[in-house]
Order: sequence, then structure tokens, then C-alpha cells
Amino acid sequence: MKQFVSFIRKEFYHIFRDMRTTLMLLLMPVILIILFGFAISTEIRRSPIAVWDQRHDDSSGKLINQLQASEYFELYQMINSREEAGELFRRGKIRLALIIPPAQADARVQILADATDPNEANLLIRYAGAVMTSSLPGPSLREEVSGEVLLLYNPQMKGAYNFVPGVMGLILMLICAMMTSVGIVKEKELGTMEVLLVSPLRPVYIILAKAAPYLLISMVNIATILLLSRFLLDVPIRGSLVVLVSLSVLYALVALCLGLLISTLADTQQAAMLISGVVLMLPTVLLSGMVFPVENMPWILRRLSDIVPAKWYIIGVKDVMIKGLEAGAILRETGILALMAIVLTGLSVKRFKIRL
Amino acid sequence: MSVIETDKLSKRFGSFTAVDRISFRVEKGEIFGFLGANGAGKTTAMRMLCGLSVPTSGQARVAGYDVYREQEQIKKHIGYMSQRFSLYGDLTVGENIRLFGGIYGLPKKQLAGRTDELLRTLGMENERNTFVSDLPLGWKQKLAFSVAIIHEPEIVFLDEPTGGVDPVTRRRFWELIYRASERGITAFVTTHYMDEAEYCNRVSIMVDGRIEALDKPAALKDTFQAGNMNEVFRALARKAVRNE
Repeated sequence: MKQFVSFIRKEFYHIFRDMRTTLMLLLMPVILIILFGFAISTEIRRSPIAVWDQRHDDSSGKLINQLQASEYFELYQMINSREEAGELFRRGKIRLALIIPPAQADARVQILADATDPNEANLLIRYAGAVMTSSLPGPSLREEVSGEVLLLYNPQMKGAYNFVPGVMGLILMLICAMMTSVGIVKEKELGTMEVLLVSPLRPVYIILAKAAPYLLISMVNIATILLLSRFLLDVPIRGSLVVLVSLSVLYALVALCLGLLISTLADTQQAAMLISGVVLMLPTVLLSGMVFPVENMPWILRRLSDIVPAKWYIIGVKDVMIKGLEAGAILRETGILALMAIVLTGLSVKRFKIRL
Repeated sequence: MSVIETDKLSKRFGSFTAVDRISFRVEKGEIFGFLGANGAGKTTAMRMLCGLSVPTSGQARVAGYDVYREQEQIKKHIGYMSQRFSLYGDLTVGENIRLFGGIYGLPKKQLAGRTDELLRTLGMENERNTFVSDLPLGWKQKLAFSVAIIHEPEIVFLDEPTGGVDPVTRRRFWELIYRASERGITAFVTTHYMDEAEYCNRVSIMVDGRIEALDKPAALKDTFQAGNMNEVFRALARKAVRNE
């Protein structure tokens, strides 16, 4: 035990002597949360539009007023031809153009959208449609057209409800897996691993001591993220904090095992970094459901996403944090993560021994 | 009394025999040179003796412990310093000593006493709080050696300990080995430098996994009618069939 304490102390020296890395590790969640929370917003505000009004009556005037009054759109200019709209799209001045046909033509309003960013175009079209529906005369007609929608768990449709669990999954994976693998490979590179292996220190202690500080740092990060999202972004923590933290520790263990496995594969710190980046970070970002919904992916990618630990962690976090479910509701996610942890531990311990 | 005994110790990797039935004894307090060209099997043999690798066949006892069954005991009774530098550059001299003292389970009081003594012997009393990365290479090597024997092991394994320094610095390093040997610590040294081979009590030379010669340096020079160890080494290494 005394050996272990000496060794852990050394790990903390390494981490705190390298202030740049440590600061980066501690500030990363703050930066990510602020970035996702404020800079990268998927919500639409004040998009410039152009309108060609061929109708020139009360109802078209009312529609234009409504569009302008909504916070989604801003009238860039009135136009008098389709070519004008095309020109404005080409110059990137507008995102949407509305063509209102003459009253006698019995044609429908045409919406043109710049679909280079399909997601944004979709949103704009939906918003414009909503504004138009609400400008229809008479409440009876309006009710016929629009159904009643009740948004569960996230009535304001805040993006933060989705990305906060995602950022938690990303940060834990990054710190536990990448930093642990780099830390162990560094000892191999420096030649100090040999000395440690010849010493009476048991390999399992070496591994534990390497992982412990990063586990601690990642828990500090989780606390930072939860505080920021609760008080800065107003994301509630509806479920039990104990369940949430336990789930995070389990996921962190899976990440640590992955880091350990990578450290047995890589011989240089760069290689460890690269493997962690490509094999861990990419799937965590792309296949976990954090950015892109997994349900819409082709079959093969959906199956691939099943072995991405972050996917199960994020589902679990959303269930507990946003939906406020009890521990019993995330048994499947917990089970899958636990299974992953067991398999990975077995695999990496076996490989670590072979490397001796 | 022998602290290392091997009998037909072998290690095979598939069809490749890295170490081929080597048998030798090293006595307590002896400085034993373990020579061989690159790929001759030195490192593999040393790893087996350190308890890092299990032999394929043959017998060996290190500090009285069996290399097959008592690797943990062996690790407690040996010290090790590798060719690549083995202390932590971002830790101070004092912290490095404390770390390895802790890993080898020295009680706190004893460790404090040994640390003072060690720094005094090396003339590094003022460097206790210096980061190891700021020390000259020759100092680092002397410190690494002293740390490797901080727990007074029976044997210290030195894997090309003086790489990259000049002969004068090497000579000073060897004074530390002599001093340890006087205290009864056996030194098992691999080296590329033939001037170092001359400093050893006895020298073995490995060629293609086998020990081709083993004797006192003076006796080896007689046998091969060579003026220095370098000629002895070349005469033997020429026989090598495999390289790398």
C-alpha cells in the first residue's frame, strides 16, 4: 500500500508540473459548454428574407408584417422578380424568399430556400410555414390546419438538453482514455516502464495509479459541466444525482480500460494520441447520437453505434437528468456499460501481461 | 556463494533461439561483464534473470530464488538500471529518491538517512531540489545507479549504464560500482564499451545466443593472444552467423 501511495504521489507531480495540460483538462468542459451553449446554436434568429408580393392586398400585407414581427425573420428587401431572388441567394444576402402570387391566379405561396445547409433550410421552411398558418384568417380554420403539439421533457426545445449529456460523454472519454493511454505510453517511451516492471510494484498498481488522477480530474469536470449547465444554461437535473454520478463513474471505467488497451497497442505518445483520436473520439462524436441522430443512419452504422460506449452513456444521462427517471429505467444501459468494462479489462490485462 | 546460477538456460521465440543453453555462476560482490554484439541475446538473458520473462527451458536461480516460480521475490532483491535513462525528469532529485525508496518499501526514517548519505557521496547535497532534467547526463547516470541500489539489493543489473558519456565520466561512474561491490552488492553489467569490460572481475561474451567465452579479462586476452578486450571481442564476434 505504501508503494502505491508513493507511486500515486508521483503521478500527481507529473500532472501538476505540467500546468499547461492540466489547465487545458480543467478548462475544456467550460469551453465546450460555452461554445455549444452560445456560439454554436441550432436555433434560428433574424434570418434575412426577401418577398415578392404580387397580390398587394390586406392579407399579403398582414403576412409580411407577421413575418417581420417574428424573431426568426428579418425582411432584407422587397423584390419584383424571380431573378432578383436568385441574385440575392447567389450573393448570400438572404436565406429564404417568399413569392406571393396575384389574388386571381389561385396559386399557392412559393417558398424558396437556400438548401446548401439542409438542416437550416428545413427549419426556416417550418418556421415560415408556422407564421403563414397563424396569419390565416379566422380561428376555426387555423385549428383545422394545425394539430395540437405537446413537447415532453423539453418544452422550449432547447439544444442544451441534448448536448450537455453529449459533452459529458465526450469529455470523460477524452480525459480517461486519451490521457491514460498517453501517460502509460510515455513511461514506455522514456524507458521508465522497464524500471517499474523490474521493481516489486505490481503491474495492476501501476495501471491503477496511472488511471486514478485522471478519474479524479474527470469527476471534477463532470461537476463543472453539471454546475454550468444548471446555472448558466438552465438545464435541470431532474433525476437522482447519485445515480447520475454512479453512471458517470461506470462510463469513466470503460474509457479507462479503452485507454489501457490503446497503451498496449501504441509505442509512442503520438501513436497513442492518434489511435485515441480516430478510434475513440470520432465514433464518440459521430455515432453516439450527440450530434447526428443514430436512428436515421444506415443499418451498418446503427450496429456500429451499438459498440460505442458513449451512445449508452448519453442515453442513460438523458433518462436520468432530463426525463428524471429512476435507476431502474437505465438497467439496460448500465448493463451494457458494465459488460463493456468487464470485457475490456480482461482484454487489456491479458495484453498488458503479454507485453511484459 | 553464488548469487546467480544458471544451468542450460534457454529462451526460444517460435523457431528462433534467442538464448541457447547458457550456464554460468556469478559470485557475491563480483562485477560480472555480460558482453555480446547486438542481437546476441544479452537483453533476453537479462530479462529472464530479472523475472520479466519466463525461460523456455533450463534452470536459473537469482539471489537464491527460482526464475520460474519466485519472480516476485527476485524483484525485491535486485536493482535495475537501463540504458535508457530511468529517472523522472519532471521530478526533483529528492522526489525521485523518495519515489523509488517508497516503491522498494523502505521505512521513512531509513529512507531519510540513506537519501542524505547518497547525496553526500555523490556531492549533490545542493541539488536535492533540482529537477533531474536539469542535471548533466553523467550526474543523472550516477544518480540513477545510486537510486537503483537504494534498497541495498543483492544484485544490481546494469543494462549499458553509461551510454553517451566520455571515458572520464565512465571511469567516475565505475568508481560507484566498485564501492557497491565492496559492500557486497553484485554488479551484472552489459556494455558496448571495451574499456568498461576491462574494469570487470570476469567477463562473458555471447555469440548467437551462446556464451562463447567466460573468464577474467587478463585470462581472455591470454587465450586469444590479444592486446586488449576489443580484439578478444572482435575475434569472437566474427563467428556470429546471425545479425540483429
